[in-house]
Amino acid sequence: MATTEIASTQFTPVSPSQSKERKSHFCTVSLDEINRLYTPDDIRDVEQVTDIGQPGEFPYTRGIHATGYRGKLWTMRQFAGFSTPEETNRRFKYLLKEGQTGLSVAYDLPTLMGYDADSSLSEGEVGKCGVAVSSLADMETLFDGIDLEKVTVSQTINAPASVLLAMYLVVAEKQGADWQKISGTLQNDILKEYIAQKEWIYPIRPAMKLVVDTFEFCTAQVPKYNPISVSGYHIREAGATALQELAFTLRDGIEYVEWGVSAGLDIEKFVPRISFFFNAHNDFFEEIAKYRAARRLWARIMRDRFGARSERTLQLRFHTQTAGVSLTVQQPLNNVVRVAIQALAGVLGGTQSLHTDSYDEALALPTDRAALLALRTQQIIAEESGVANTVDPLGGSYFVEAFTEKMEQGARDYFDRIDAMGGMVEAIEKGFPQREIQDSAYQYQKALEAGEQTIVGVNKYQMEAASTEIPILVIDESVRHHQIERLEQTRARRDEGAVARTLDNIRRAAQTQANTLPATIEAVREYATLGEICSALRDVYGIYEEPAI
Amino acid sequence: MAQSERKIRVLVAKPGLDGHDRGAKVIARALRDAGMEVIYTGLRQTPEMIAAAALQEDVDAVGVSILSGAHNTLCPRIVSLLRNQGMNDTLVILGGIVPQEDIPKLKEQGVAEIFLPGTSTQDIAKFIRENVKPRE
Repeated sequence: MATTEIASTQFTPVSPSQSKERKSHFCTVSLDEINRLYTPDDIRDVEQVTDIGQPGEFPYTRGIHATGYRGKLWTMRQFAGFSTPEETNRRFKYLLKEGQTGLSVAYDLPTLMGYDADSSLSEGEVGKCGVAVSSLADMETLFDGIDLEKVTVSQTINAPASVLLAMYLVVAEKQGADWQKISGTLQNDILKEYIAQKEWIYPIRPAMKLVVDTFEFCTAQVPKYNPISVSGYHIREAGATALQELAFTLRDGIEYVEWGVSAGLDIEKFVPRISFFFNAHNDFFEEIAKYRAARRLWARIMRDRFGARSERTLQLRFHTQTAGVSLTVQQPLNNVVRVAIQALAGVLGGTQSLHTDSYDEALALPTDRAALLALRTQQIIAEESGVANTVDPLGGSYFVEAFTEKMEQGARDYFDRIDAMGGMVEAIEKGFPQREIQDSAYQYQKALEAGEQTIVGVNKYQMEAASTEIPILVIDESVRHHQIERLEQTRARRDEGAVARTLDNIRRAAQTQANTLPATIEAVREYATLGEICSALRDVYGIYEEPAI
Repeated sequence: MAQSERKIRVLVAKPGLDGHDRGAKVIARALRDAGMEVIYTGLRQTPEMIAAAALQEDVDAVGVSILSGAHNTLCPRIVSLLRNQGMNDTLVILGGIVPQEDIPKLKEQGVAEIFLPGTSTQDIAKFIRENVKPRE
């Protein structure tokens, strides 16, 4: 009797439904509910061979390379740009010296919006969020002493992307680099500007035509260059869930392919140069599932919707950046830890290149020291943690495979809704993705204020403000004065007649539906400024007016 | 009684070239849910356009959202334009990425409060409610 009593008090198994848990619901940062346990039952519909497969094989769920990172590590590409072209050139050289393997340019807001430093609208903004570039002269300084045939450069520029591409190509040419050999990436994703980041100039349809111009031009003349990086990053930062980021980004990708096909381009030639860009947010497994689902979806879309066959066309390649929106002003050193975990998710998700945010970015642009620590974070993941030793180490996990499948199905539901509206351009005109994102942003804010979501140091474990002090980078108005002076010198040196003639040629190309790139390159060579070229295109295309949502 | 009948009117304003409007839109919605009347200017408004909208909409408070670092240029101008058109009591508050060392000067120039990232929308609503000048 005594023994049975002990057995009944100590060893009676507690059924899962009865045992107490810390919370009634466990949710991801996207407010998606997660089960206690995942078992083979959760992946009954996931086929080992056709859904998961092998790395380097269709549908690429486990990665696009058979060797994973054993063949080649991801490119460590830190996004940098601030103040004058001289200052940013110095930062570029510093990062390259410290072992960074690619460059990524951040432009300031006037440049992103197509205004010169001396425009009245640029007041207070020159060199603040990135480097100021108003003409070829600035671009020459920016890449002075950097061999563009050897270093790949990514440019975060959208509405005026074709102009900055033209400047980049002319600088490369002046350096003696061969356009056939240079590589790099232009963000050039205008759809996500209307959806999320809101840095637009022209109405959607002519803006899409400019994007297609770059596809056509690069396919023919700069074959190793990626003329677009279809970006979910900004969609996520604006408040989208992981699923919305995935769905809207891939649907944007479909839209670009459709526009390219309509313009008569061969998918097997231009689609291999389309790259993607995703966010790496806090919820570790949700992010990994998102990246794996993205590869599988894209391969299937390209095969089934567009009839693509070649491997390069089916493979989704992507860049990852850790989530700026997750960084906190409070206790900023905590951001170092957030960035490390987010970066690890990007790596376990199989990213081709990675930017790790600096811990001071919720306060200002990064200092040299903070930028270096961000780079070191990647180097530690790559060379100390051991995670790069085997391919897709999480493949086959009940949880990760079930989540990957759920992401794919959720994205397909969004594709159906957007297709029913007539496509992504039409969906944007109706305000659909914008509204979905706004709703998610608001739901998240409410969850945060209700304490359902935790941000360490912000709504839990708070400390006195004094504990948050770190050195920050200050950029003052002297940058604008310096840039205006440079611009005046450039204007004084150039041939005004040639500038006027080349600007007319741009207007003519825009009116006749010809490719605008050749005329843009000519204008750039004559030192026509960014503002002048964008203004010439505005004369023909007009400007975008945001629908009220 | 008459005072409590009139809802507090707030203009949420987004000056400068910055397009990051997540914060502005979340705040606009939260203040609306808190019972205020909110007018959102839309993107890329000049200080002049913001002051004109504030006057036309007869608002009690102007909430400015800036994430680009242009606050030192834009905020004092908005405040002085409001004061020049006789809106001496209109509360001006700022939200966004603002370094600590800029805060005292902004307050001196007439910005009533600066809300940094991580602020609860309820705290902002409370601040507005406690600091707008009651109307006759």
